[in-house]
Amino acid sequence: MAKYSIFSLVKNAASHHQNWDRAWRDNRPKADGYDVVIIGGGGHGLATAYYLAKEHGITNVAVIERSWLGGGNTGRNTTIIRSNYLWDESAALYEKSLQLYEGLSQELNYNIMFSQRGVLNLAHNLGDVREGMRRVNALRLNGIDSEWLTAEQVKEFCPIINISKDVRYPIMGGTLQRRAGTARHDAVAWGFARAASARGVDIIQNCEVTGIRRENGKVVGVETSMGFVKAGKVGIVAAGHSSVVAGMADLRLPVESHPLQALVSEPVKPVIDCVVMSNTVHVYVSQSDKGELVMGAGIDAYTGYGQRGSFHVIEHQMGALLELFPIFSRLRMLRQWGGIVDVCPDASPIISKTPVENLFINCGWGTGGFKATPGSGFVFAHTIARGEPHALNAAFGLERFTTGHLIDEHGAAAVAH
Amino acid sequence: MLLINCPWCGPRDETEFGYGGEAHRARPADPSSLGDAEWAEFLFMRTNPKGAHRERWVHSHGCRRWFNVERHTVTNQILRVYPIGGTDAVAERPVEQVVETKEPKQGSGS
Ligand SMILES: Cc1cc2nc3c(=O)[nH]c(=O)nc-3n(C[C@H](O)[C@H](O)[C@H](O)COP(=O)(O)OP(=O)(O)OC[C@H]3O[C@@H](n4cnc5c(N)ncnc54)[C@H](O)[C@@H]3O)c2cc1C
Ligand SMILES: [Zn+2]
Repeated sequence: MAKYSIFSLVKNAASHHQNWDRAWRDNRPKADGYDVVIIGGGGHGLATAYYLAKEHGITNVAVIERSWLGGGNTGRNTTIIRSNYLWDESAALYEKSLQLYEGLSQELNYNIMFSQRGVLNLAHNLGDVREGMRRVNALRLNGIDSEWLTAEQVKEFCPIINISKDVRYPIMGGTLQRRAGTARHDAVAWGFARAASARGVDIIQNCEVTGIRRENGKVVGVETSMGFVKAGKVGIVAAGHSSVVAGMADLRLPVESHPLQALVSEPVKPVIDCVVMSNTVHVYVSQSDKGELVMGAGIDAYTGYGQRGSFHVIEHQMGALLELFPIFSRLRMLRQWGGIVDVCPDASPIISKTPVENLFINCGWGTGGFKATPGSGFVFAHTIARGEPHALNAAFGLERFTTGHLIDEHGAAAVAH
Repeated sequence: MLLINCPWCGPRDETEFGYGGEAHRARPADPSSLGDAEWAEFLFMRTNPKGAHRERWVHSHGCRRWFNVERHTVTNQILRVYPIGGTDAVAERPVEQVVETKEPKQGSGS
């Protein structure tokens, strides 16, 4: 893998950018199989493969993706990265991920355009205020940066916001995490793919896993549209399709799949230089480097695998946007799309061994897993390599649904579900 | 956007309804005899199929009555609407309509 640098840029500019190397090898499955097969070439699957190679020296790995890399939720999300979660277990996991993000462009030699522009979570009623302040304190106890802002300070931080008291849900303050922000989502997938490929990982696109083969109860490989692929261990990282893929090994999961939508406006000049989220009026918004406003809101109430979402959810979200920012009233929306998110009953992910030997699962990230991409890959690689969870994901096992040790993060998930 | 046929009020927009999750889940008859794993199964595990799904809906902004719906989770086509209760016979009935499960093309994200 040729290193990207100012020199490579100049050199390739001289030949009109016609001679760049491929970013990653596009492989076919190896006949003699792999030590580890990862099902799902989203950010989490690719990060898992990268850390398997880098941290554990396991390079005989394949990532099998039925479509193109990052074409699932990784390429569909609103790119918000933060670690302001309430409970110790989640705070530690998401903070690890944020720290990895802070060095990721350098580490991967790939510009993921990580922008620590600050994330504001607004409070619109007394309950929000108390919850927000409690979370600020909990975060500080966990060594994570967090501040409480009054309504006036919110206005100072984000001048176009409307803090009038004469609206239905006036802004009463908000929490701010300055180290939080956004990153270019495709670049996260591509950067991990390139770095994993460079370490020997096989990247197999347009190959659908259709079955999980077991012998004497142990997983021995996967059936795919390119034939059987032998595997010592298999990791499922299929986001919205985690129940479908786990079902191939007769594994039932406590997740439900729901459509979640996002949309972008026409591009405008820089007008908002932070991320604003509101759980109560329910919208989250930031501005992309191209100038589009990027917006998301809640999931559809009912389960679904159709990547669309209901129109009334968008109507609600636009109403919320205009209440916060009347300045956007003439803005036109350009495009809308949906992803399928797998939601856990406690709004926390599952990163775990399974009752099926050699089978591991990483799922249930619901509406908030993009921020966790590097951290998720880091701990899942550990779990697969060692057969035991890392300290950071020990609490996120499947067994918590029988022991009752749920990690209830509905508040910090920031999307009602 | 769904058009749901309330058995009592007729076809109405989905915004008039509330979703009640997977249907045909009965609370255990003898709760104290259940172990943790069985409770987990009842409380948390769901079928979550990619295909026909039997679910509960309530016409919250209309007659406020509950009923069951069978819906295809990819196409969102409503395969049938049928009453709550007498569930077993109904639940065992095979899906009457087979719907083509063509997935939408993947769009681009941002
Ligand atoms: C609209 C929207 C907005 C969001 N906003 C945010 C946000 O602002 N911040 C945040 O942190 N998170 C956000 N999320 C959530 C986040 O996008 C996901 O949690 C995260 O991307 C999950 O990553 P992943 O790699 O697990 O999943 P994916 O990127 O979905 O990867 C899973 C892959 O598995 C593949 N696959 C499935 N079945 C098979 C099979 N049988 N064989 C082979 N491959 C298969 C799929 O094609 C897919 O590429 C949002 C999600 C959506 C939809
Ligand atoms: Zn009715």
